[in-house]
Amino acid sequence: MSNQDTTRKLIALACIWAVLLLVPYWMPPLGGYTALGTRVLVLGLAAMSVNFLLGFTGVLSFGHAAYFGLGAYGAGLSLKFLAPSTSLSLLMGMLLGGLAGALLGTLIVRRRGVYFAMVTIAFGQVFYYIAFQWSSLTGGDDGLRGFSRQPLDFGLFSIDILSSTNNFYYFVLVCFAIVVAVMGFILRSPFGRTMLAIRENERRARFLGIPVERHIWIAFTLSCFFMGFAGALYALVNNFADPKGLHFSQSGDFVMMAVMGGMRSFWGPLLGAAIFVILQDYLSSVTVNWMSFVGILFVAVVLFFPRGLLGVIRSKSEA
Amino acid sequence: MLQLLLFNVTNGLIIGAFYVLMALGLSLILNLSNVINFAHGGFLVVGGYIAYTITPYVGFWGALLIAPPLTAVIGLAIERVLIRPLYGRDPLYSLLLTFGLAFIFEDGTRFIWGAQGKPVTVPAILAQPLSNEFFFITGYRLFMVATVAVAVTLLFVLLRYTRLGIRIRAGTLDLETVSALGINVGMLRSLNFAAGIYLAGLSGVLAAGQLGLEPTMGAGLLMPSFIAIIVGGIGSLTGTLLGGLLIGVASGVTAVFLPAASEAIMYVLMAVVLLIRPRGLLGEEGMMT
Repeated sequence: MSNQDTTRKLIALACIWAVLLLVPYWMPPLGGYTALGTRVLVLGLAAMSVNFLLGFTGVLSFGHAAYFGLGAYGAGLSLKFLAPSTSLSLLMGMLLGGLAGALLGTLIVRRRGVYFAMVTIAFGQVFYYIAFQWSSLTGGDDGLRGFSRQPLDFGLFSIDILSSTNNFYYFVLVCFAIVVAVMGFILRSPFGRTMLAIRENERRARFLGIPVERHIWIAFTLSCFFMGFAGALYALVNNFADPKGLHFSQSGDFVMMAVMGGMRSFWGPLLGAAIFVILQDYLSSVTVNWMSFVGILFVAVVLFFPRGLLGVIRSKSEA
Repeated sequence: MLQLLLFNVTNGLIIGAFYVLMALGLSLILNLSNVINFAHGGFLVVGGYIAYTITPYVGFWGALLIAPPLTAVIGLAIERVLIRPLYGRDPLYSLLLTFGLAFIFEDGTRFIWGAQGKPVTVPAILAQPLSNEFFFITGYRLFMVATVAVAVTLLFVLLRYTRLGIRIRAGTLDLETVSALGINVGMLRSLNFAAGIYLAGLSGVLAAGQLGLEPTMGAGLLMPSFIAIIVGGIGSLTGTLLGGLLIGVASGVTAVFLPAASEAIMYVLMAVVLLIRPRGLLGEEGMMT
């Protein structure tokens, strides 16, 4: 990589973080609100976790909402029944999503392509039905209520993240930064390079002696852990866990965010999530037929922008 | 107890037959074109609503004849315009596109026909129970099973003995060679897609008579069909047939003992099958990639 490329990358990175850090200052004047920024961040993290698998290992999981939702329920149940601790709830949510993914992953990884997608969708729905049916624990159709995020306690001082939206935004941003750093670190590691090799040519990777199935399982499990973490954050955002968060249509939204932003790029899904969330927020406030518009968006992106926004920008700048 | 069990097994078979009809359409499209048609449930709903709309003019029997081909024509148009450009690209894209279509269908039917459920009146001759002892076997349910049986038989005959069917089966195994032999693959895919959507439309009409119509019903009926395909083995239509009946009966029997788990049992069944036989009950070795 040339020197010029490195500088350009660093500048882009600095811009991204500057924009994210200053959200509470530029978003309200533009007609948004900080809580919207928080949602973009959390859903963007989820979309990036899906893309960890989709864009970098080339494996199409269409049931990732299950692990997102499990994370949300894990966090909610932990706050409600275990202990009023925000950090514990994040940990429990991540564990629930990740472990469920690790377990089901063993059944799923032997398949590829559309068949992988089908099996992931079908298994994803299991948790939807559990959350839906087991109403004594999960609240069923109404969702899990009766918990709220707790102040962060550092012994000497504590930070209120419940009533101050700005504090909460920065808390989420710190969580986001940590997970994104881990993700970036994994992708740069030899393991991450192997994932790319599998994406580019699975057969060749196999001939090189790479245990492809085990690698895909690890990548799948990792992305489920990230997903569970994002889901746990989402439960904290809403102080509520919704069975719809487990449904396969939510998975479709995540995949759409990744594709719309550009699934070959690391930051693409975040951009996609920002567009998706803001558009949905806007559409559902102006029309009851917002579902049709989202559907048309799906069709249009697939037909006209299959490489996503960042993909288009990149090919323009290279040309 | 015995009667209850019998009731639920029959019920399961009837529901299973219905899943079969839907899953076969999905399976046809998946096998030949590698497209997971998420909008299949949407087509089903459209078929049902078309039947609802034309029943006052042509009666139930007329609707049964006319609605499925009309749905297939809509399907054909969509395949030509929207799905055709995606063949040969990553299956992700057709999946996302049909996913978006499912949204549009659901919202569109709600816009045109309203969110309120709509009943479809079935002819009086079908509505009565056949005997007092087995009150649950209404004429309509028998008729449903019979229709599914006829449709499935016709489909298998078509695939086995007609030139088109043989080409579709060959294309499922190796589309490139079929194309190299001078067969118009684009046309083959279109006809195959239309056939799949025809089955969805037929399921829609049948479902309308049994369950009534709601814009959201498509999504709920889609998942069991997925499971039927996975359990039966991807690439095998006979497997899909078997899978659909199996999950129908399994959920019927479970409904006797543990009603809350009647939905979950399908997933358990799928997990067990994948654990013991990853390619599905009748899936072929080469098809499991």
